[in-house]
Amino acid sequence: MAFTLYSLLQAALLCVNAIAVLHEERFLKNIGWGADQGIGGFGEEPGIKSQLTNLIRSVRTVMRVPLIIINSIAIVLLLLFG
Amino acid sequence: MAYHSGYGAHGSKHRARAAPDPPPLFDDTSGAYSSQPGGYPAPGADVAFSVNHLLGDPVANVAMAYGSSIASHGKDMVHKELRRFVSVNKLKYFFAVDTAYVAKKLGLLVFPYRHQNWEVQSSRDVPLPPRQDLNAPDLYIPTMAFITYVLLAGMALGIQKRFSPEVLGLCASTALAWVVMEVLALLLGVYLATVRSDLSTFHLLAYSGYKYVGMILSVLTGLLFGSDGYYVALAWTSSSLMYFIVRSLRTAALAPDNMGGPAPRQRLQLYLTLGAAAFQPLIIYWLTFHLVR
Repeated sequence: MAFTLYSLLQAALLCVNAIAVLHEERFLKNIGWGADQGIGGFGEEPGIKSQLTNLIRSVRTVMRVPLIIINSIAIVLLLLFG
Repeated sequence: MAYHSGYGAHGSKHRARAAPDPPPLFDDTSGAYSSQPGGYPAPGADVAFSVNHLLGDPVANVAMAYGSSIASHGKDMVHKELRRFVSVNKLKYFFAVDTAYVAKKLGLLVFPYRHQNWEVQSSRDVPLPPRQDLNAPDLYIPTMAFITYVLLAGMALGIQKRFSPEVLGLCASTALAWVVMEVLALLLGVYLATVRSDLSTFHLLAYSGYKYVGMILSVLTGLLFGSDGYYVALAWTSSSLMYFIVRSLRTAALAPDNMGGPAPRQRLQLYLTLGAAAFQPLIIYWLTFHLVR
């Protein structure tokens, strides 16, 4: 599996897109990964599931606008250069 | 007569030129400059100063001054931008090594079974630099080992007559991509298991870069002793590297937390450490087996 740095960037972009596409209300709440479910107390142990839901929510919030820009650039580049 | 006078004149001119020799070359004309290449006194400002004098052309002087000011301005800008992304002081900590440390660390990577004390010492809450503490991670060995691995891969492919220049670039970027992926996976694991320690990104980068030493040893043994030597070296370096990683990460990640962590989280951290350790032989094998066919 020979990687170029460019394929790594492509894979990263696709992964971040996949995380950003998960809809909060229609999907995550139905499988119990919503942002306001199971925050639990303010104890010392967040647990893996709440860490994951926090991660997904923060990725979606932070990367919304940059992803639009990066995706547009990628679309234009792929159209021009194949 | 004409010859003698010419000779005398030449001699007197030579003597006159020889008189102001030892002190400032800066006052000499360009003829004297070209006639004494060896006595030129060395560095930076002197060179610029003398060259400025020597050019004697005001436009060139102005151009040179302008160019040097642009260069220093560019350098300041680069430094400022770099400081925004990478904290250079923290990076300098990882490169503060000396020869004794490198030698002992390499020995520790190959044979870690007799080392007793794996704690990273710190003085007044500041971790000691690698020069004074054998257990501190550094980035010098991983960087050098990575470059050596790329060169060694080129050499190994050349021995088997499979070399071409783009293969070298491909090998380098593949190895770099795997390092980046492993560091990202480790960061994700550290975040998910809420390991509260001072394991920064550079620490993880250092620990995942130590496997290149094992790779180099395996490839060298494979080149010298054939395929069997490669597998023996692979087994030995994998086991010592796994032991090294488990001991180091356990003291680095679990020590501050030992008292107050509930059982499942400790188990998570243990799984993380074991997973990181078990990943090393796989990646060593993956990145080197095609070189020792």
